[in-house]
Amino acid sequence: MSAARVGVLVFPGSLDDRDMLRGLELCGAEAQFLWHKDARLPESLDGIGVPGGFSYGDYLRCGAMARFSPVMRAVLEFAQSGKPVLGVCNGFQILCEAGLLPGVLVRNRDLKYVCQDVRVAVEDPGKFRAELPAGRGLVMPVKHGEGAYVPDPDHKPRVAFRYVGGSPNGSTDDIAGVANAAGNVVGLMPHPEHATDPLLGSSDGGALLRSFLAACVAARTRR
Amino acid sequence: MKLRVLVSLKPGVLDAQGRAIEHALRDLGYTQVSGVRTGKLIVLDLDTPDPEKARALAAEACEKLLANPVIEQYEILS
Amino acid sequence: MSDPEVTDQLAREHGLSDHEIALIGEVLGRRPSFAELGIFSVMWSEHCSYKSSRRYLQKLPTKGACVVQGPGENAGVIDVGDGNVAVFKIESHNHPSYVEPHGGAATGVGGILRDIFTMGARPLASLDSLRFGPLDDPHQRYLVRGVVAGIGDYGNAFGCATVGGEVTFHPRYRKNVLVNAMNLGIARADQIFLAKAAGPGNPVIYVGSKTGRDGIHGASLLASAEFDADTDAKRPTVQLGDPFTEKLLLEACLEAMATGAVVGIQDMGAAGLTCSSFEMASRSGTGIEMDLDAVPQRESNMSAYELLLSESQERMLLVAEKGREQEIFAVFRKWDLDAAIVGRVTSDGHMRVRWHGQVVADVPVDPIAANAPVYDRPTARPADFEERQKLDLAQLAPESDPSAALLQLLASPNLCSREWVYRQYDQLVGSSTVLRPGGDAAVVRIPETERGLALTTDCNPRYCALDPYLGAQHAVAEAARNVAVTGARPLAVTNCLNFGSPERPEAMWEFAEATRGMGDACRALGLPITGGNVSFYNETAGEGAIPPTPTIGLVGILDDVTCAVPAAFRGAGDDVILLGETRSELGASEYLAVRHGIERGAPPALDLAAEQRLQKLLAAAAARRLMRSAHDCSDGGAALALAECAIRSGFGLDVALPATGLRPEVALFAESCARALVSCSPSNSAAFLALAREHGVPAARIGQTGGVRIRIAPGVDVSLPEAHDLWARTLPEALG
Repeated sequence: MSAARVGVLVFPGSLDDRDMLRGLELCGAEAQFLWHKDARLPESLDGIGVPGGFSYGDYLRCGAMARFSPVMRAVLEFAQSGKPVLGVCNGFQILCEAGLLPGVLVRNRDLKYVCQDVRVAVEDPGKFRAELPAGRGLVMPVKHGEGAYVPDPDHKPRVAFRYVGGSPNGSTDDIAGVANAAGNVVGLMPHPEHATDPLLGSSDGGALLRSFLAACVAARTRR
Repeated sequence: MKLRVLVSLKPGVLDAQGRAIEHALRDLGYTQVSGVRTGKLIVLDLDTPDPEKARALAAEACEKLLANPVIEQYEILS
Repeated sequence: MSDPEVTDQLAREHGLSDHEIALIGEVLGRRPSFAELGIFSVMWSEHCSYKSSRRYLQKLPTKGACVVQGPGENAGVIDVGDGNVAVFKIESHNHPSYVEPHGGAATGVGGILRDIFTMGARPLASLDSLRFGPLDDPHQRYLVRGVVAGIGDYGNAFGCATVGGEVTFHPRYRKNVLVNAMNLGIARADQIFLAKAAGPGNPVIYVGSKTGRDGIHGASLLASAEFDADTDAKRPTVQLGDPFTEKLLLEACLEAMATGAVVGIQDMGAAGLTCSSFEMASRSGTGIEMDLDAVPQRESNMSAYELLLSESQERMLLVAEKGREQEIFAVFRKWDLDAAIVGRVTSDGHMRVRWHGQVVADVPVDPIAANAPVYDRPTARPADFEERQKLDLAQLAPESDPSAALLQLLASPNLCSREWVYRQYDQLVGSSTVLRPGGDAAVVRIPETERGLALTTDCNPRYCALDPYLGAQHAVAEAARNVAVTGARPLAVTNCLNFGSPERPEAMWEFAEATRGMGDACRALGLPITGGNVSFYNETAGEGAIPPTPTIGLVGILDDVTCAVPAAFRGAGDDVILLGETRSELGASEYLAVRHGIERGAPPALDLAAEQRLQKLLAAAAARRLMRSAHDCSDGGAALALAECAIRSGFGLDVALPATGLRPEVALFAESCARALVSCSPSNSAAFLALAREHGVPAARIGQTGGVRIRIAPGVDVSLPEAHDLWARTLPEALG
């Protein structure tokens, strides 16, 4: 079985795009960048990663303007066809603004940007299950100023990950990440790509990325 | 013509910034301040002279981009 | 709208001295136009011309085997192996940060980032050295919150990890806070870009944000004068930056450089378009014809004067190969940034500026940039210099409660945990941060290599206030030691020299002494100085000047970054080893200041040869992976350093410091030089101690790690959780 082919979106102001590409490659993916102005996706893409950063400067609201970039129509179709999409931090915000995930991320409760390691527990990560059994703990860093998850009262989320011992940002019910109803789109605030290389800290994030990649390969073979 | 739009959090949504401002004002001695909510003022410069069309355009802009309906509401000021 | 008449009075209001006014007349052979007056006033301001400091800076050691580019360019460049170079510098943004802390600090970060990527390097790591007045002062708290938020907001949104720095609180910074921002980036050795305006006929292209009225006279008036009653009125002169645009500018510039069509490039910082164009032309011996009407503008009716002096952020000036302009424009279009041809390189050595069809300035380039006035300001040693060195330890009351003293030091503003600060910074973007903030030096991996760089900023202002020469030497020694304890070999130095007014002989003496000390220490340790920044006029009428603060930014290299050694303990049952000698000295120490309220006495003796032996030992031991942790001893002495190792790891310790002939508080809190605390697993201790002997570094096993108490004989026995709590709470409780 060949490696998963994954695209990493790049918007003006994306910052962890190179980190996400690197993390995915360390986990065995064939990864490429997808420029936001390109309305068409490459052929035979198995999965899409939406990276962290400050796309469009986080102006107006985080992710609010990125969702209208030319590439996003194709991303929406890709997701609606059941293919895997992983959104991290700003990526999570963009997926919520785009309606691919329910809810919204707002400013941290104590109004300050926070960069620290957190522990999350796996609950229901949709199709990204390969190395993520329910109950498994993962240590990964968060780094954000607007990461408090507020659920949409009309669309209860599938909780993919929950902060252990309280959230660093005031998220409702300590929700750290959610999955869509179909289970192929997952977003989370912690950064698995920054917890992949043991030299730099925890490598628990690798389990999450590899689970995403396994879902990518599975989606390809399921035609 | 110029239209001003006020985007703010829906009542019931935690306004952490408003709360911090309230505390700061009370710390300065303004103990009569019993609540603060914040929002964004967006000024739109529109190329249409027709007030109805302008308001409709502004409302569309709010629905589509300027306000997130999960947590925000908007008001088109004069 | 016509320009005002140019009189001597108007020139003086621009900050020019009568001598300089006469010099302008000689250079031009006539009276200057208003636009020309603006040009001279910024180019010859202290901030841009270094007129009071040049003669001292020229004596500094700037050569070394690793140096590719020394002082004189946007940043220094050193060879770091694998075909890579590191581009790095530290810069100040002091006065604007006092006036508007968030905006001032943010644009300080923006400015240094541009200095790095204008040379073709992708920024890899930022550090910030911050100095404020007392922490219990509400206005200082406002400044701290604003500055830290400003640094975070800019750096985080731009996407460069902030990995280190320092925060110092001292009453003498109350009205003159310091924000020194350092950045380091990596470039390929054969792809460095210099600020050249070469090739007559080549187009001069403006790229980035549109120009507005921001910051006019920010450099000349704000950074070249003391604060006084009118300071609040200077608020409009602080520029606001946009990190999002700067990120786009970074990507666009790097892509443009990759086309091969860029001949030279310079960022527009202090004194905007004027400074960048003059410097580029001056370095190349050419001239520039400029058309201000072509400058992208975001305000209407900007005058020539305003266009020349605006300090709008996120703009660069580049010179391209004639005929290849479209390649450049295509790149900037892709990133949605303005790009416009605003001039041409000429061969007549003049800057000729047109606006609305008229020539509004015609100035020969050389006299302005390269031949700016150089002053030899009077210096005078303070009358109390000898007196303040005196400290009779016999007169000092013996310490009655060493445990309480340690806890008091741990909780004190200058020694407590800085986590409140650095958790507001993205420490991780770039996937290169091997040792995060909180230790001695940060360590980052050089991307796609096995090597790493250790980075730190250091200066002890109390030492410098008491003896600027020795204090500056200590700053260099401490920076090198902080880098050495990570296992890295110190490589090169940048410096940010923060002082009072050069027009005051005592302050000028401090500058002369500090630069002499810095130079001597760098020479002794084999460290070239690759560039830096001078900030004068850090004083306020009626309040006094800051202590002399020569902040040292130092870079070290690890050939194998996996050998990087953290500062805190790693487990229980490890041997704790004290390196170096403790002497009977408490002058200028934190113990004296915090516990006794005294700031006097000579700083500790400095033995640079011993420092160098220690550095070599640590590098060798790290390469052989003999150490589990290594932490330098400095402020607060060995006891403080030991406590930090325990607190940050959660593993207690039980040790006995060598105390023969020393009073207990001296053994515990003396700040003697050339010392470090190392932990080894017992199986490695013998080998480590033997290596220390080989390197001529005194070494003694003093105890071991483990347990829930911090026990340091003589006299300290405290609970680890209690110590942690006191150490961790100070900044959050003060700042929220």
